[in-house]
Amino acid sequence: MRILVVDDEKAIRRYLRVALSAQDITVVEASNGEEAIRAVAVDRPDMVILDLGLPDMEGTEVTRRIREWSAVPIIILSVREQESDKIAALDSGADDYLTKPFGTGELMARIRAALRRSIQKENEPVIVVGELKIDLERRQVMIADREILLTPTEYDILRLLAQNIGKVLTHRQLLQGIWGHTSEEDLHLLRVNLSNLRHKIEPDPSRPRYIRTEPGVGYRLRSDT
Amino acid sequence: MDYNNIVKSGSDSRPDPDDLLSRVQHEEQQAPRGRLKIFLGYAAGVGKTYAMLEAAHQRKREGVDVVVGYVETHGRVETEARLVGLEVLPRKQETYRGIAMTELDVDAVLKRRPQLVLVDELAHTNTPGSRHPKRYQDVEELLAVGIDIYTTLNIQHLESLNDVIAQITGVTVRETIPDSVLDQVTEIELTDLPPDELLVRLEEGKVYVPEQAAQAIHNFFRKGNLTALRELTMRLAAKRVDDQMRDYMKTKAIPGPWPAAERLLVGISPHPLAERLVRSTYRLADDLNTEWLAVYVETPAHSRLTPEQRDRISRTLLLADELGGRSLTLPGRSVPEALLQYAREHNVTKIILGKPLRSRWKELLFGSVVDELIRMSGNIDINIISVPGDLEQERRNVAWQPHHPWGRYLWAIFLVLVATGIGALFQHNVSPTNLVMVYLLTVVVAAVYLGRGPSILVSFLSVLAFDFIFVPPYYTFAVSDTEYILTFIGLLGVGLVISELTARVRDQAEAARRREAETSILYTLSRDLSVAEGLDAIISAVTGSVSQTFGREAVVLLPNSKGKDTLKEYTKSADFSLDENEMAVAAWSLKHGQIAGRGTDTLPASIGRYIPLITPRGAVGVLAVKPKDEGNQMTLDQRRLLETFSRQAALAIERAQLAEQAKEAELLHATEKLQSALLNSISHDLRTPLVSITGALSSLSDGGVAMDPQIHQDLVDTARDEADRMNRLVGNLLNMTRLEAGAMRVTKQPGDVQDAIGTALENLGDTLRDRKVAIDIEENSPLVPMDFVLIVQVLVNLIDNALKYSNLESPVEIQTRQVGKDLHVSVKDRGIGIPVEDLDHIFEKFYRVERPEKIGGTGLGLSISRGIIEAHGGLIWAENRPGGGASITFSLPMQEIPKVVK
Repeated sequence: MRILVVDDEKAIRRYLRVALSAQDITVVEASNGEEAIRAVAVDRPDMVILDLGLPDMEGTEVTRRIREWSAVPIIILSVREQESDKIAALDSGADDYLTKPFGTGELMARIRAALRRSIQKENEPVIVVGELKIDLERRQVMIADREILLTPTEYDILRLLAQNIGKVLTHRQLLQGIWGHTSEEDLHLLRVNLSNLRHKIEPDPSRPRYIRTEPGVGYRLRSDT
Repeated sequence: MDYNNIVKSGSDSRPDPDDLLSRVQHEEQQAPRGRLKIFLGYAAGVGKTYAMLEAAHQRKREGVDVVVGYVETHGRVETEARLVGLEVLPRKQETYRGIAMTELDVDAVLKRRPQLVLVDELAHTNTPGSRHPKRYQDVEELLAVGIDIYTTLNIQHLESLNDVIAQITGVTVRETIPDSVLDQVTEIELTDLPPDELLVRLEEGKVYVPEQAAQAIHNFFRKGNLTALRELTMRLAAKRVDDQMRDYMKTKAIPGPWPAAERLLVGISPHPLAERLVRSTYRLADDLNTEWLAVYVETPAHSRLTPEQRDRISRTLLLADELGGRSLTLPGRSVPEALLQYAREHNVTKIILGKPLRSRWKELLFGSVVDELIRMSGNIDINIISVPGDLEQERRNVAWQPHHPWGRYLWAIFLVLVATGIGALFQHNVSPTNLVMVYLLTVVVAAVYLGRGPSILVSFLSVLAFDFIFVPPYYTFAVSDTEYILTFIGLLGVGLVISELTARVRDQAEAARRREAETSILYTLSRDLSVAEGLDAIISAVTGSVSQTFGREAVVLLPNSKGKDTLKEYTKSADFSLDENEMAVAAWSLKHGQIAGRGTDTLPASIGRYIPLITPRGAVGVLAVKPKDEGNQMTLDQRRLLETFSRQAALAIERAQLAEQAKEAELLHATEKLQSALLNSISHDLRTPLVSITGALSSLSDGGVAMDPQIHQDLVDTARDEADRMNRLVGNLLNMTRLEAGAMRVTKQPGDVQDAIGTALENLGDTLRDRKVAIDIEENSPLVPMDFVLIVQVLVNLIDNALKYSNLESPVEIQTRQVGKDLHVSVKDRGIGIPVEDLDHIFEKFYRVERPEKIGGTGLGLSISRGIIEAHGGLIWAENRPGGGASITFSLPMQEIPKVVK
């Protein structure tokens, strides 16, 4: 597999090269936006890891431009507290994000999740996470072989998350996907529904194992517990 | 007049060090000042202006930047010819009463800034409305900025010689300059012309003669006069040389005939010729080269003086000041006593008085100040100087003459009639000598209520009436029984004594009352100022007092924060608004530290009077005063009182300003302390995790001695934990700066507290390893408007805190409850708790409770939490739990949540 790493900091590029090479991944490097866009076209990587704070253009901009002609999975690297930047990049087409500093485990999990999404042309009919089993074909959700009854909305939320398992979905993406539009009241609805959902499927709703909150950004269904 | 130096021998030949020091300082001060050279002549037409122009050309040839400020040629051709080749500045046009006049344009000179300016006729009086009333004041201003001046002057314009010259020439010159100006002069050049030649020039029409004064000038230009004037002028110039020589000798410590240490005191009275007395004393002091002072003794009789007399006294005192002596007013009961007491206390060697004015018989009756003084003088010399002059007119205005309205005398007559009437009633029962008592009573009544004059009148009339009506032969002025003569004398005598004494007592009471009033005004002001806190209170106390006491509008001007030179009205008065011109006057007053404006020598045409508020540190502002109605002039006493006010006000204002400065300095100090604490703390807390990380990494890289996999793992875990810790710290610091900068923006959206708690615990990750956390969410908690990310941070901080301050086994509890319109979230531990006195302080920046054990953490977490919660409109507080441990709770306001259809 080939991954394009875009970051203006040499140390970070080095770390990523080391970490990814250890997983038998070929690493291509770029240090600014223009280089990145060119590299995507020329080297045809399987994934792009893109830092938001590039010298020549905003990461969001780079994402947009790549998305104009490529569906390559993009994971953005961001500093904490840049929620708006993260959301903007995700809404522009990035698939996931990592908050600096991050550990190698997290990195690999994100990469795997993003790859899964892109590799599979059609969705898997059944998604299993820990004791949670979601059967998309039969619209059935089970915890340890016990069926859980969900409202349509709750199910939709879970479905969307499951179809993007391991990947973050922004509030907007969820709202868009479920209700077809976004508004203030809808976020409220989303939260309430999510809370109810958690109460139903999480062993300890206060410390969710499956559905993880990405503060300020959205939610994610964990793929490895 | 003897101008010879009177020299006393036997004094110390070494110069006084203090003297030298002040001389050096004086010279140093003089350094940036311009130099003043006067072309002095003894009469008009000797060629001063011409000489000045000649000198100017010479300087120009030497390369000096010379400019003509004001030269009056009076149409003389030769003088005009000398103007050619010199730059002439245009004059300032002024109109006064419809007549166009030209004056020296001071601003133009200041703008042009030449090295040397020619300004003719130093003693000239400027057109009313000019910057200064007199040209020498304009020159003074130019000298102060370092411009050199050449000017011309006639001897008769000198203040101190005014009377002498008037005597010689019979012409009193009005335009005089004070002798203090001469002291500032760097050089005097004598322009001399033998009187014969001058007369020839006069014939030839080459001397300027104003038409109106032709006759007087003719009298003036008599050979005898001219010779005398010439001599006077030469002596003056010679004396200056002498002074310079003496100065030189002193500086070089050349032993010479130093004059004795004399000290002169001249007594001032309302005497019309007191000014001449002062001038004589000045000349005497100058000859002797000694200090002198002018003293006025304010007795109870002061209140009976006419306004003209009081004015004269103040003018005389002012003159003494101008001539270089000190002036003083002393209160006292008797003039000789007060003067002698002061003289003894202050080492006065000579007291100078004018010849007594009273006629012999008054002296016999009332005593003479001079005689008293001579008798009590001891070893102080008394000099009596005769000042010839017009006595006749003044005799009438001698002090004790009452100026009461005539009504009182009528009342006096009326009283006598009443007394007579009463007497007549009892005439047949009572012996005449006893009826005298009625008259005495009348005299007393008159003395108390009508004053001295009427009561004296009553005394006389009583005697007459008594004689006429009650003494046989009745209805005549003859006396049959000569015993009655005694009665008459007695009645008259007692009557006069009573009048005098009662009147005196009244006067004393009056004076005491006046003084008391002044003192109590000052006391009230002092008291008000001492309790006033802050600049505003002080200034309003001042303006209020001035307004009340003097009936004047007052405005205080303080320097702008921008610059020391500009003033800003600190208080505004509806009736007294200051336009640009007025502000300029105020600025002038501030800059020069002198009173300016109405009633002074500088810019007297302004609306207000500007008194600088001077403290030992300098001028702190200006007090502007304007009378409420136009005609209301202040008396000298009031002016003095106002100046005393202003001095107190200045001190109070300075005090307030210093207090503010002290506060600011304190604040600055505290801020610096805090900043240094911050830096120390951050430095420590950032470095500490690095120690573990660097240590662990270096150990790992060394490979090391039999690196146990477990040890390996431990090191790695430690390093990771520490890295997390550092990360959190950095986050906290960022939040802190954001809070401080006011850039903490809270975007509220409906949020789930349970979710927030869960996310916080997720963030804490490994810190929670092996720790028990119990979560208690109330059933059916609604969503709460919150900035999710920030609230998660608050929870992270609180939970981290709880974990830190309790040991590994004790659990941490998180609880949510709805309380009223708020949602309360509590994080509780079973740790060591918080000391009661610290409960409020722990939310302060960097506050860390004193503990025997060193527990890490910068102490920012709680204060950031407070900042975030308060930005949400909530509250945060700490409590100790029953059973041990602490609990920190925050509240978030809930709002109406629209009903959700599930």
